[in-house]
Amino acid sequence: MVNLTIDGKEIQVNEGMTLLGAAGKAGVDIPTLCWMKGLNDIASCRVCLVECDGELVASCNTPVREGMVVNTATPRVVAARRANVQTLMEGHRYECGTCVRQETCALRTLASEFNVSDSQFYLPEKAPWDESFPLIRDASKCIKCMRCVAECSKVQYCSVWEHSGSGPNMNVFAKDGLPIDAAGCALCGQCITHCPTGALTARDDTGKVMEALLDPEVMTVVQVAPAVRAAWGEGVGVAREDATPGRMASALRALGFDKVFDTDFAADLTIMEEGSEFVEFLGSDKPRPMFTSCCPGWVRFAKLHYPQFVAQLSSAKSPHQMEGAVVKNTLAAEADEAGKRIFVVSIMPCVAKKYECDVPQLATEKGSDVDAVLTVREFDRMLKMFRVDCGALEETDWDSPLGLSTGAGTIFGRTGGVMEAALRSAVFLITGENPDFSACDTTDSTPEKPWVSKHLEVAGTPVDIAVASGLGNTAKLLDALEAGEVHFDFVEIMACPGGCVGGGGQPIEFNKELAVERAANLNALDEADTLRYSHENPDVQKLYEDWVGKPLSHTSHEWLHTDQQTWDI
Amino acid sequence: MGYLPVGSYVEANKRIGEFLEPYLRRVESMPPGTCPIAVQQSLLQTCAAQTCGKCTPCREGIPRILADIEALLAFEADQSVIDDIRKRATLLRDTADCAIGYDAGALVLQGLEAFKDEYASHVERGVCAEETEQTVPCVTLCPAHVNVPAYISLVQEGDCAGAIKMIRKDNPFPTACALVCEHPCEERCRRTLVDAPLNIRGIKKFAVDTIAADKVETPARLESTGKKVAVIGGGPSGMTCAYFSALMGHDVTVFEGRKKLGGMMRYGIPAYRFPRERLDEDLNAILGVGGIQVEYEHQVDAAEMARIAKEFDAVYVAIGAQGGKTLKLEGSDANGVMSAVELLGKIGDGDYPDFTGKKVAVIGGGNVAMDCARTSVRAGAEEVTVAYRRRLEDMTALDAEIESAIAEGIEMMCLQAPVRIEKDAQGNASALICQPQYISAVKRGRPAPANADKPEIRIDADIVLIAVGQDIVSAPFEEFGMEADRTYFVADEYLAAKGFDNVYVGGDCQWGPKTVIMAIAAGKTAARNIDTMLGFDHQIDFGIEVPPARFNDRTAYGRVQVAERPARERKNDFDYVECPVSAEEAAQECGRCLRCDVFGIGALTGRGLEQW
Repeated sequence: MVNLTIDGKEIQVNEGMTLLGAAGKAGVDIPTLCWMKGLNDIASCRVCLVECDGELVASCNTPVREGMVVNTATPRVVAARRANVQTLMEGHRYECGTCVRQETCALRTLASEFNVSDSQFYLPEKAPWDESFPLIRDASKCIKCMRCVAECSKVQYCSVWEHSGSGPNMNVFAKDGLPIDAAGCALCGQCITHCPTGALTARDDTGKVMEALLDPEVMTVVQVAPAVRAAWGEGVGVAREDATPGRMASALRALGFDKVFDTDFAADLTIMEEGSEFVEFLGSDKPRPMFTSCCPGWVRFAKLHYPQFVAQLSSAKSPHQMEGAVVKNTLAAEADEAGKRIFVVSIMPCVAKKYECDVPQLATEKGSDVDAVLTVREFDRMLKMFRVDCGALEETDWDSPLGLSTGAGTIFGRTGGVMEAALRSAVFLITGENPDFSACDTTDSTPEKPWVSKHLEVAGTPVDIAVASGLGNTAKLLDALEAGEVHFDFVEIMACPGGCVGGGGQPIEFNKELAVERAANLNALDEADTLRYSHENPDVQKLYEDWVGKPLSHTSHEWLHTDQQTWDI
Repeated sequence: MGYLPVGSYVEANKRIGEFLEPYLRRVESMPPGTCPIAVQQSLLQTCAAQTCGKCTPCREGIPRILADIEALLAFEADQSVIDDIRKRATLLRDTADCAIGYDAGALVLQGLEAFKDEYASHVERGVCAEETEQTVPCVTLCPAHVNVPAYISLVQEGDCAGAIKMIRKDNPFPTACALVCEHPCEERCRRTLVDAPLNIRGIKKFAVDTIAADKVETPARLESTGKKVAVIGGGPSGMTCAYFSALMGHDVTVFEGRKKLGGMMRYGIPAYRFPRERLDEDLNAILGVGGIQVEYEHQVDAAEMARIAKEFDAVYVAIGAQGGKTLKLEGSDANGVMSAVELLGKIGDGDYPDFTGKKVAVIGGGNVAMDCARTSVRAGAEEVTVAYRRRLEDMTALDAEIESAIAEGIEMMCLQAPVRIEKDAQGNASALICQPQYISAVKRGRPAPANADKPEIRIDADIVLIAVGQDIVSAPFEEFGMEADRTYFVADEYLAAKGFDNVYVGGDCQWGPKTVIMAIAAGKTAARNIDTMLGFDHQIDFGIEVPPARFNDRTAYGRVQVAERPARERKNDFDYVECPVSAEEAAQECGRCLRCDVFGIGALTGRGLEQW
């Protein structure tokens, strides 16, 4: 143990701890910017300065020493912090009024807190970028904190971002100076949610959606992913307990969509298809394991970095693509009658789905399954544009018949949820009996471990499953599979740590990982649901009766399945 | 005419002069990995500051070239900008009135050639070239990439054994490098900005003098792999490969041609610079790992090499450069004429020469020439003269070696080109005849000597020692099938010998006579690549952690130098010449370390040096 004094408080902390950590323990707040716990302690921004033995030092990477006397808020410290924030602002294109991060920008918050005044410098010009790509980088807003570099290389193992150039020209670039679409980006969007400013954003597609809403010849259909219900309230100031799925449905109606559906329905449908595929797979001699395919970030990662595994992905489309395909095919007559064409909008916690909806190989004879994907952040921005008082909305039901869902569909939004839902139904498909929820439980899944696994006996057949979230964890699991160190039959992968609840399209709160909190929300909704097995969803059953026949049927293959190997990347 | 003031410009220039010293130190400590185009920019800015403004190409040209370079550095330039730079720099070189201008132009053009790849990367890829990235200077410049700040920090914390363990992570010869390393790590030491580079070798010497390397335990060997690795040559490179291969769990056999291990550290470097018992400390520690079998006095010919390559899973050829180069001098067949390799080789086995009453002439200006001269003094020679074609400052020997030699009474006869050796009726050498030279134009970057219009001189000499370089003895290996390019073996960047799957080659025999640390670097590289080739990826736990950094001490200090025993005393014996570094000297040197692995870019790139 080490004894030191912080702002007059004597405290004792573990050896090796940083001054920032020690201050936290002493209840002393120190502002930070570039620092990310355990990932980025490069001390570049110089905002977390403190005074120690007469010197100004960065508290984020200065270890404690016996007898240190630290002052965190002397006039000298505050003046130095402020001067550094001002200097950062001078190199940053602070056109905050038109920046999508204006309310969640850590730099703007600091500038405001430090009473930073207008700069005498010319603002840097906006740098060129391929604006059609779902991930947008504006170098003129980058403050070189390297958080994106750390997140992408250390957590997501894609190493898309790297620094290059020297002195005033030091900047972040896509790997080897490649164009972003050739740099191995999985489009998980984690760099966006960990960027403190508006330097990294997702392509804004709200304009496209507004056009559709304005067009009298368009029937607008919206669907919402499972994980959105756990987070949408954050961006519009509605408490988690008030931001219910029912209010969300009302909020979507307030935006003027003609049909309001729940992707949870398609999640149940996915389970019917993927679960049936897995039952077939279990009896086959195909190479193990089969991988889930609901996450386009994972599909991109596999295609770009582990192509040898792509053939083992389930052929099931992701739920929102299934929903889109079903909508376009089953509502076509209704739309025709009204003289309208259908425009499907997906509200997703995800950036990769902006890519997925445009993959030409996913289209059916009715065209693209989904016409536009909005992130939760875009959804929240639209709600503000429409001045929807979300907290005061009455709760309404989803439109039928493509809106009813089970708790199994809801937990799709968190790591382990797809696997858990699949097991609930796969066991039924094999044994004809519903398993106990506890037998299928995956709530111990966490990005803190590379993966979690489970062994089940289903009608005498051993089934080994594993769940991983985060692409670094995914890489570790794939490496172990390849090296023969582990053996699994069925593996669920979600690209974002914690699953879609921690998605790259979710609302941003500086230095807070909210995946666990949001997952608890989904688990609570599942537990409260009267229907918790996908195969018991009456709307799904009706869809099979009226349109698709049975899982893995010809129509099912036409509408609901794909071959990821053929996808354009 | 009015009154004439005295010394009107003197005071102002004195102040600039004082400022040039830190300016120079800035340049000297240019971090490795600095973008060369940024360096060109700053050089050209200096040129611009020096321009008087009289002539058009200089006054107007330099700022425009600077603007071009600025655009390049901001990745906003295309090929036309490079063409523009070339055009303007050519004009500057060809039409400026004075050297401030035409030399600036020449420098820019030289840079365009020298940094072609870097310019291309800025234009074509929009990023700096691949190896343009600042790192920890000492770690980068050490050929074996020893974690210097870490071991300095351990010495500072009083853990010399820990420091030795930290060094051994990359280099199993801490003692050898403490005593004889040419310390490239010190070249761009960032401390130069504050006062002077750290005496890194001195700190290491303090560590190994405080606790002998063979008293510091080595890591445990990893589980045996059952793979057999042969090492040909027990010098620094071969034994480094043996050490790491054994730690990785392979069974190693070293084939050594001489009676003892150590290679040129024993048979080339004199004992007064590197006492044999100190060398044994490193060797004992290496052999103490286990799993290393040594076949002494085992000559390897083509047939034996073929057998070894067949019976072993991998072979590392590290035979060094053991052949002394000769000069085609008339009379070089005289008795008393020998090569440096011959003289120092015998001493390696304890066979000291007796030059009592003899006059010795040494030909050459490198460290080996100094070794020969200083050895001759100790062998009782009456007179020792070094004859060298160029000037004293052109000698390739380290300054400290030359100074020590002069202090020991050795006469440096510079600008003397040996032409023949005179011999008496019995065929014994009697004198070295030299043609005086004068220093002339620079050729291939060095001022070259030319014959002076002066008569030949005669240097009395019973013994003539030729120290003009070494060759490899490649014949048996070429017969076996290895390819040698003129004098050195051909290998790829991973040290795999051309045309073989399991034969690696490195050290002096692959890149020519260099230094101990470079040989070590090659041995480490070979060990890693052999391990990979055998299908493994062994990581060794060296059981040592990097201490947290203390704050930088910004007070300027003088650099502590390692002293030698008084010349009049040391020249009479073969005992070790250097004095110990004291504890307070070591503490002060350690305290000057700026911990570039923690502060500055090191925080971003300096870590992750734990594995190699």
